[in-house]
Formats: sequence, C-alpha cells, structure tokens
Amino acid sequence: MRTCLVVDDSRVIRKVARRILEDMGFEIAEAADGMEALAWCRAAMPDAILLDWNMPVMNGIDFLRRLRGEPAGETPVVVFCTVENDLAHISEALEAGANEYIMKPFDGDIIESKFAEAGL
Amino acid sequence: MRPDDISFVVSLCRAKAGLKVSAEKTYLIESRLAPVARREGYESIPDLLAAVRAKREEPLIWSVVEAMTLGESAFFRDRAPFDAFRDEIYPTLARARGGEAVKVWSAACAGGQEVYSLAMLITEMRDGGAPVNVELAASDISARALEKAQSGLYSQFEIQRGLPIRQLVQHFEKVDDLWRLSADIRRMVRWRRINLIAGLGAVGRWDVVFCRNVLSGLDAPYQKKVLEDLMLVLPEDGYLVLGAKESAQIAGDAFRPVAGSPGLFRRNPEFRAAAAA
Repeated sequence: MRTCLVVDDSRVIRKVARRILEDMGFEIAEAADGMEALAWCRAAMPDAILLDWNMPVMNGIDFLRRLRGEPAGETPVVVFCTVENDLAHISEALEAGANEYIMKPFDGDIIESKFAEAGL
Repeated sequence: MRPDDISFVVSLCRAKAGLKVSAEKTYLIESRLAPVARREGYESIPDLLAAVRAKREEPLIWSVVEAMTLGESAFFRDRAPFDAFRDEIYPTLARARGGEAVKVWSAACAGGQEVYSLAMLITEMRDGGAPVNVELAASDISARALEKAQSGLYSQFEIQRGLPIRQLVQHFEKVDDLWRLSADIRRMVRWRRINLIAGLGAVGRWDVVFCRNVLSGLDAPYQKKVLEDLMLVLPEDGYLVLGAKESAQIAGDAFRPVAGSPGLFRRNPEFRAAAAA
C-alpha cells in the first residue's frame, strides 16, 4: 500500500486530509511539525508527503530542504498544502523541491487533481 | 415555482438552445434563475418569468437561457484529449497540411479553460523547439461566459482544478484574490458567440472541433442535427473530440471512433460517398 505522511499543526486539517487520502488508497502517518516529519522520514520514507508551510518547531519549507538532503530524501512526492497563496511562496516551494502546491482551502477534488498532477 | 413557470423555462430552453432541461430538477432551475432575477432587478423568479413572457425581449430571454446552459469546466479536463492532441491529432494534421495552420475550435467553451489549456499546451510544444502552427478559436452560446473567458480571470478554486502548479507559475499572475492568465496566452484565441443548434454554415472549416459534454445536454433531435452540422465543418481527415462518455452514434456512420481514445472521432470518408450514391 502507498504511504502518505500528513504534516500539519492543525489536528482538524490532518483529520480531513487523512479521510480524503485514505479514500484514495493511501496508508496515512501524521506529524505536527517539520521536526516530527523528519523523524518519520528517517524511520520509514513515505511515498508522498502533504506538507503545511507555517508550523512551530520546524516549518514546511525548512523541512523540505532538509528532506531533499537526506538519503532517499529525493523519492517522496511532496505536495505543499498551505494558506500561502502568492507566486513568491509557490516559486520558493518549487525551487526547494516541491512537486505540487495546494492553496487552502482545499477539498477532495483538489487533492485528487493535484496528486494526479504529481504523478501519484 | 409553479408548474406552468417550470414548463415555460423548459420549453424556452429547448426552443432557443436545444437544451434538455429536466422539469423534475426544480432545485436546479431555481438555483440558476435566482441570481438572474436579482441581477435583472426582479423580486422573485416568477416576477422575472412574467416579465420574460410580457416583454418578449431577446436580452432578457437569453439571460434565462444562458443561466441554464452553465456547465462545469476545468483546466486540462480528463487530460487524455490533450495528450491525444499533442501526440496524434496535431502531428497527423500538420503533416497533411504541409505548413498551413491546423485550425482548432473549442465549441461551447464556457469559462475558457479548455481552449486556454490547448493554448498552454501549444506553447509547451513550441518550447520543445518544434514549429507549431495552430489557429485557435472558441465559442459559446452565452455572452456572459464569453466575457468571463476573454477576461482570463479565475478564482483560486478554478485554478486548482486540473492546472499543474508549474503552468500556473509560468502563465498566470495574481490580481487581488483572482489569477489572470497572461496576455500572450489570451491573444492566441479568437472568440465568437455561436448557438450550435442555429446552423453552422457560417463558421467555416475547422480541422479539429472540441465539443465535449455538450451534446449530452441537448434534446436528442438536436444532438443529431449538431453532429451532422459538425460533419460539414470538418474536412474529411478532421477530428471531433466529444466527452469521454459521449458517442456519435446518433448520427449514424458519419463518424468513426478512434480505437483506444474514448470520445475521439474522425469523419468517415465513406459516409459522404454513400449519401451521394
């Protein structure tokens, strides 16, 4: 089964995303910030990561840069999912190695469409 | 809504646009017409329809019909037809045309997402280094839809349906809460208001016609008529692109499905010969 790590400091968002992604056939793991997510990835690299930007401890963009430097850190498809919705943030995310980008608020159709764009 | 108001709307839409509006879907009719009533300054839907009946003014009639034609649209919807255009349709026709432009028409373009997806795809094909000579046109029955499409302005919700993020970065700029497609892409498309059931004699020749998820919204006799008219718009080697679940069967042997590509059809060259014999 394909695995997806949902990284968001909001438990509500994690729950909503989990339900959508489980329906799409993913097995879900959750992390509340970038540091927790990094620990997850070191233990078991997921196939996909749905990633919030603004989080305590370590934010999404710092996590992504660290991830892409890790062994096998190039393999997961990373889809940002954030309220940041200007071109500067989107470009920064793509340069850091994000595969797709979702602007909140999202729904199931948007997640499905974006994951398909990212080749999942 | 009163039953006579509902049947009035149903027959008006059929007469003007060939639309198949289901009288049972009262909720749909009300949700589409309530904004029209507000916009046109009427207290309620019955007041709006009373005015339509009394005045018989074309703009008012069309504001009702147009509201009922609204369809869903997304960038690169279903993806496969766009891959087919890049990999099969364009190369085949470009060879046959020998340098002349391949003419592509997006019929019933709604918000413009389909024709703009084609324009972005063509830009991408050109970036690949190949000369791509395509003429793009789009039409809709709704003047309001055309106005929106031409503006190239989309909500955050709309630009997240089917549009890859790199295409967004490449072709759009943010304007307040909306996203605007670049002038370069917008300039690639010519626009016309066309009612598909009103006869297509004046639209000229088009090598490829995208007419997806339109026929299924029409009454059966109009489906047949539009298909037959489209056949005359297309050259013998032309392509017709319908919705993935739509068929051209109602027009007999006029079109042949392309194997392995749901919704993709070519003209049947034997069909005209048979008709002439």
